[in-house]
Amino acid sequence: MREKKITEEEVKHVALLARLHLSGEELKAFTEQLNNILIYMDMLKKLDTTGVEPTSHPVLVPTPFREDNVTPSLSQDLTLSNAPQKEKKFFKVPRIIE
Amino acid sequence: MAPLYYRTISELHEGLKKKEFTSVELTQAVIKRIGEIEGKIHSFITVTPDMALEQAGDADRRISSGDHFPSLCGIPMAIKDIFCTKGVRTTCASRILSNFVPPYDSTITRRLREAGAVFVGKTNMDEFAMGSSTETSFYGTTFNPWDTSRVPGGSSGGSAAAVASGECIASVGTDTGGSIRQPASLCGIVGLKPTYGRVSRYGMIAFASSLDQGGPMTKDVKDCAIVLQAIAGHDPADSTSVNRPVPDYLKALEKGIGRMKFGIPKEYFMPGMDPEVEGAVRKAIGTLKAMGAELVEISLPHTEFAISTYYIIAPSEASSNLARYDGVKFGYRTPKYQDLMDMYLKTRSEGFGNEVKRRIMLGTYALSSGYYEAYYRKAQQVRTLLRLDFIKAFDKCDIIVTPTTPTPAFKIGEKTSDPLQMYLSDIFTISCNLAGLPGVSLPCGLTKEGLPIGLQILGRPFDEETVLSSAYSYEQSAQLIKRQPSI
Repeated sequence: MREKKITEEEVKHVALLARLHLSGEELKAFTEQLNNILIYMDMLKKLDTTGVEPTSHPVLVPTPFREDNVTPSLSQDLTLSNAPQKEKKFFKVPRIIE
Repeated sequence: MAPLYYRTISELHEGLKKKEFTSVELTQAVIKRIGEIEGKIHSFITVTPDMALEQAGDADRRISSGDHFPSLCGIPMAIKDIFCTKGVRTTCASRILSNFVPPYDSTITRRLREAGAVFVGKTNMDEFAMGSSTETSFYGTTFNPWDTSRVPGGSSGGSAAAVASGECIASVGTDTGGSIRQPASLCGIVGLKPTYGRVSRYGMIAFASSLDQGGPMTKDVKDCAIVLQAIAGHDPADSTSVNRPVPDYLKALEKGIGRMKFGIPKEYFMPGMDPEVEGAVRKAIGTLKAMGAELVEISLPHTEFAISTYYIIAPSEASSNLARYDGVKFGYRTPKYQDLMDMYLKTRSEGFGNEVKRRIMLGTYALSSGYYEAYYRKAQQVRTLLRLDFIKAFDKCDIIVTPTTPTPAFKIGEKTSDPLQMYLSDIFTISCNLAGLPGVSLPCGLTKEGLPIGLQILGRPFDEETVLSSAYSYEQSAQLIKRQPSI
């Protein structure tokens, strides 16, 4: 049997963290595929990276600052124009406080 | 002379100037072409003929009112459906954005509009740009115009197919790990990924924010320079766009290759590579040498680690970027749910396709506590090593030449069941994104079966001028005869 990098239980947990629901069949397929991908990625362990600085961004530029000026922004109507559900001037969402 | 839809921007600009035809006539020719072949190619998610004709009318008025008008004025273009277009549905090829009509323009589309370009439609792509074949689109696959049983590449496959088949004159795509260059290579066109920060990402739907970059997809290198000129430059709305002057790219084309040093990385000619691809690229390198270029063997020793590094970093950034699709402010929301958690779970599970789910989970896993050090941080460290490989290589050479892809276009369905095989096809394009470099793919021949082969040219950060001038010199000298598919 092939090495298990990630179990169905772990995939289920990760899916929940990512707010995804998987059917039984999907869970099985994703677990196998993720397992293969993670086995392939094990090659990175061969590399000694002690003391190597991580790169989070390809171009090293200082944080840009700008003046704190008020400029026009989208109107409320336009902002709400794509809302799946709205009421008056608000986004409508399921009740979150009982 | 070629039909209008097969001509280049520079040829059409001359024609518009000499009043040989109007932008409306040109746009009508392109719309007619779309009507004739779109059923076979499926380059588009949305076609916008009414808007196009209105823009063409505006362009004609601008053209007739003065002698000087921008090169893109009146030119029909197709826009990858990842760029927000004000008032035009923008789906990113996902169900979750199937009803999204952006209230604003991306900076790239705004600049193209200001230059007078005409938008004929929004092109198909892999869902959220995640894929190398345009097969993960919710709206169906795109077919390669050179052989419709094959993929056009991806993720900007719709743009590449549209340019190659004359469904537009030029297009813009995005490139996170090769998504402009790989489909350009597979469809026999020119595609450029600019240096990270050269072009604004504002209004370009985010996949992996430290890698994404928009760029031109065109019929030849000159057109590529024209489109880049229009879209490049600092944008206060994107804090990662770099504030430095934009050179004159058209002027740069004439620079020639003189005695420039071309680096050939030995890791990019590997066993198992398609012999016809290797043959064509070696022949192209021979052409460069005959033109006076000095060839230098170089080494990019960490190349074999690029795919693992990329497929940790890009999904990690994606899992964070795609958290915004929650069914609250815009996009799809599931019709039936019990409570908030149920709404999130159903909305996202119904809204995203399998490849997007797979990458969100891979990224969530790589960022989760207990795995962060082993995966995400490790990948960022290897990214440093990959970046240093290029810095060292550019001590020895001015420019790097490689194949764009290890094989020509593969069959539809060939790699869909095995995601890892699909990921491995990105081997030659990925490092450039991790290092933030500019890179172009341009045609360098056809296989015996008539499939296009791409040559990739990589340059130093912000040296698009040398990338384009090298590509232009090669293109002029190689004079490939057959540039269009017989569709």
